[in-house]
Amino acid sequence: MHDKLAIQLQSQILEEIAKTRAKGVLIDISVLEMVDSFIGRMLSGMASMAAIMDTSVVIVGMQPAVAITLVELGLEMPGVDTALNMEKGMEMLERRLNTRKQDFQ
Amino acid sequence: MLMQEIAYDIKCELLGKFKIETEYDIVTVRQTIRQCAKDAGMGIVDQTRITTAVSELFRNMYNYAGGGEVLIESGEVDNHNALIVTCIDKGPGIENLELAMSDGYTTSMGMGYGLPGAKRLVDRFEIQSKVNEGTTVRIMKWK
Repeated sequence: MHDKLAIQLQSQILEEIAKTRAKGVLIDISVLEMVDSFIGRMLSGMASMAAIMDTSVVIVGMQPAVAITLVELGLEMPGVDTALNMEKGMEMLERRLNTRKQDFQ
Repeated sequence: MLMQEIAYDIKCELLGKFKIETEYDIVTVRQTIRQCAKDAGMGIVDQTRITTAVSELFRNMYNYAGGGEVLIESGEVDNHNALIVTCIDKGPGIENLELAMSDGYTTSMGMGYGLPGAKRLVDRFEIQSKVNEGTTVRIMKWK
């Protein structure tokens, strides 16, 4: 994934959030063989932007080698929630939406 | 932090020479290096480490120096079989290397993890820089 594609993806997802009024977004990064500081920042930025639009983002499917490298690189991704796989990610999103509903009641 | 300068007395075999001029070059040369690491018998984690490290270095070259040259070599260093990647640019150079190598330092959009982060991912990290002349970074990963 090159830089322009990553930035494109970021704005595309935000546009989709606006269009569909999605309350949650699940991003599967299992095909990413590496995450460098640029891609990490892009993911983190996307989560923050989505949060401003009242949407939760959960990233799933990170390869173990990518997780190891990210920690060694020292990259923190503030605002990014992760889950092991799609199923766990959906559970996480559902829990979030339910908590939010309760807050309103 | 003590900076290790580049020693030029290493015997190595050139595996490839590439130019980084566009974003696409970052991706293709990065993939080439992953393949070299794979061919050298490195495991998936080490492959990912060196690929991520070079990605940071390539991005620096592209952003700060408008590009540069990359050498991929294989050689023996201190009794280790090493995959060696050298990034050479003729950019503005780094004024304060010690500062650039410290965590959290950045001059542009980055979060400053480029150099120190890349250093943590490899077995040897050498850097030489001269203001207005350019920067050379050589990293090594033991096979």
